[in-house]
Amino acid sequence: MKQRPKPGALLVVVPAYNEQAAIGNVVREIHEVMPSVPVLVIDDCSVDSTRTTAANAGAYVLSLPHHLGLGGCVQAGYMLAFELGYDYVIRVDGDGQHDPRYIPKLYEALRTSGCEMVIGSRFAAGNGQPTSFARGIGIRFFRTVLRPILGKSVYDPTSGFVGVNRQALAVFSKSFPLEYPEIEALVVLQRRAFSFVEIPCEMRPRHGGRSTITAWKSLYYIIHVLLGVFVNILKFEHRKWRR
Amino acid sequence: MDRLLDFVAVFGGVLILLVLLSLRRAHIRVEYSVSWLAAAFVLIVISRFKRGIQEASEFLGIDYPPLALLLIVLSVFLVVFFRFSMIISKLKDSNIALAQRVAILEFELRSGAQPTVASGRQVDPGAEL
Repeated sequence: MKQRPKPGALLVVVPAYNEQAAIGNVVREIHEVMPSVPVLVIDDCSVDSTRTTAANAGAYVLSLPHHLGLGGCVQAGYMLAFELGYDYVIRVDGDGQHDPRYIPKLYEALRTSGCEMVIGSRFAAGNGQPTSFARGIGIRFFRTVLRPILGKSVYDPTSGFVGVNRQALAVFSKSFPLEYPEIEALVVLQRRAFSFVEIPCEMRPRHGGRSTITAWKSLYYIIHVLLGVFVNILKFEHRKWRR
Repeated sequence: MDRLLDFVAVFGGVLILLVLLSLRRAHIRVEYSVSWLAAAFVLIVISRFKRGIQEASEFLGIDYPPLALLLIVLSVFLVVFFRFSMIISKLKDSNIALAQRVAILEFELRSGAQPTVASGRQVDPGAEL
């Protein structure tokens, strides 16, 4: 990262919070699939050895001075990527659920589709994968809510396995939802007339750690995300971004 | 009712005193004391207008005027709390931006990456400012 990246360069960012059990494998797997691509782990002030494990596995580590939550953590990675001059960024979660074998497909779609965002989707092209009952209901609910807002169907709106190009990076490095960002981020892009495409991919069970969304938080999640979605719809300040 | 109004007036006075003392000891910043001073002033003003409270309670359909007084006092404090929620939200945003910037600067120092500026252009170390 000492040199300015070449045009079209990709950076893989991995937000991680207390993921010492999984982060090492995640970084190694990414390096196996994309040996020349730098991996940036954003450590959200973990209290375990996430930071050293990631560094020992060969990742660059961006250490946040205090816990910001997923959105703040991902945005820090986007900011650094944008400022260093990367054209494409793919986010891979630090818990091992996202299979790095699909990174080349996402990267290819980012470069060729003309879309500002690509989403690694469990459900695109009908490749439905088992998920928890509550999460399944949540995904269906948000599909229905987002369909008229986005003007097209999104099959896996809660997927964190996403890639963005530099235009989206410019937006997200300045404005990014702080909690549960995946769904709100889609609306943020829609408000700027940006487009996205879903790429079918498989997801795996967590390698370790705990999900940030527990059963008790599900209701709060739905209310929070719904509010965030509608607040973004009501925002008029960014009309200058629209094409 | 008269005793309640006197209590509200005294409470308003004590609140003003408390805010002024806190200001003197630098426990509260001037810009954040204004909301509390305004709220205390409103309480004192309200407590001196018994007739106004009775009219307000009739207007609101409340048979018991002290209840209308409590409703007005509660409304005043709700406005103050809302203002502070806005301030806290702004502080949180600033805090997050600061933490991200500190992390990025530390990263650049440790990794030897080229320093960056917010526009995304790299800073040429040899360039004139």
